[in-house]
Amino acid sequence: MAGTIKRGVSLYSYQNETFQGKMSLEDCIRISAELGAKGIEIIGEQSFWGWPECGVAQDDVDNWHRLIEKYGCTPVSHDFMLDYKRYKGREMPFDEQVASVRKDIDFGARLGMKYIRALVSIAPEVLVAAAPYAEEKGIKILIEVHAPLHFDHPWIIRHAEAFEKFGSDALGFLPDMGMFVFAFPTVWKEKFMRMGVPKTIADYVEKAYEDRVLSEYVILNVQQMGGTGPSIAMAETLRHNAAFEPKRMLDYMHRIHNIHGKFYHMNEDYVEPSIPYDEIVKVLQQGGYQGYICSEYEGNRWIEDAEEPDSVEQVRRQQVMLARLLGEETVPTLATPVAA
Amino acid sequence: MMDNKMIVEGSLQKVDGGFAFLGRLPYYRGLGLSMIEDIMVSVDGVAIPRENIRFSVRGKTYTLDQMETVYDDRWNFGEKALIIALKDDGLSPGEHKIEFAVRNRVSYLPFVPTTKDSKNLALAA
Repeated sequence: MAGTIKRGVSLYSYQNETFQGKMSLEDCIRISAELGAKGIEIIGEQSFWGWPECGVAQDDVDNWHRLIEKYGCTPVSHDFMLDYKRYKGREMPFDEQVASVRKDIDFGARLGMKYIRALVSIAPEVLVAAAPYAEEKGIKILIEVHAPLHFDHPWIIRHAEAFEKFGSDALGFLPDMGMFVFAFPTVWKEKFMRMGVPKTIADYVEKAYEDRVLSEYVILNVQQMGGTGPSIAMAETLRHNAAFEPKRMLDYMHRIHNIHGKFYHMNEDYVEPSIPYDEIVKVLQQGGYQGYICSEYEGNRWIEDAEEPDSVEQVRRQQVMLARLLGEETVPTLATPVAA
Repeated sequence: MMDNKMIVEGSLQKVDGGFAFLGRLPYYRGLGLSMIEDIMVSVDGVAIPRENIRFSVRGKTYTLDQMETVYDDRWNFGEKALIIALKDDGLSPGEHKIEFAVRNRVSYLPFVPTTKDSKNLALAA
């Protein structure tokens, strides 16, 4: 089944630039299209001011469709949030949560999306209750399986069981490749050292991660090495990140419809040293995956205190890597300046 | 994230009854105003009391207590809000150290994040 996986970008990747108004929605879509990443994923409320509390004007939706058509792209996913803590001191009632998901189904449909992304904190019952409406609108609701959760975690298994029991094809998974961090990311280590973590402790945590030492032991050892504050925080990242096994996706391939190509740093050799993309692509091909892998650059927050992130260059490098791994003959290349 | 971009450079200004600057939400998305739990401002090391802080976007101005029950307005992604500090004795012209912190109630996070920025901004005479 090699060659059927498609490349895309989550515009989340360009957040450093869009936050500061350095790239417009058109810039984001044009750059992604030039790189051959024609699948476009968004966080609805990041790309469209007003969503969800104030709604989105039809002009803005029309503009989205114009841009998608102009650059030959395909809308992939609207990532929604469902703020069930909207009310101080009380959780949003069940029926209101379901109604909120229905609004996001409508918005996804307005944007021509095939999928809407649900955060993993949402209860399976809410998604099951919204599924018939999703079916009606031709939308699939995909729960994002994201570290510290993973495909063997009881909470994810509960979702899987609920989806199978209900039996709707409108419910599925969107795995985030950040659950397969197999080496401690260098940009994390460097940031913790800038925050004051001594090199001996930083080296120890990095090595302990490589050795797959239980997070609680690493935290205790760092305490006993005299670590405080940022050193403990660095050790505690091991509670939330681990080298889970990409093959665990194989049991769920029939419900996996989109992939977050999470990465923290692409080096000049087009390698993400902390996430095993060669293995990941092999597993997805083995499982017959035919959807998109959407770049999701998240190194920005780890380097922004020291340097201005270059999100476009990072996405370009990851797209070059993905094209190679997918056996494409053309090397993704930018044709125009970042901000037109 | 975005910590160092919260306070907008060059935005310190005088307003009736105090001073103001432009602030951005340190987040990769926006938030409904009811989920902004607190906004903290200090100038030259002195905190402005919560009841003397106002938040203003697109021509609408709120107290922090009012914001807690605002369900139909947002602080959008990257949006520059006017953060107003009421201060009887005003602010002298020249450079001032502004500290700005925001505490959010984010549904999916297992903690309540507070993010802060600090910048020296000049107030024109």
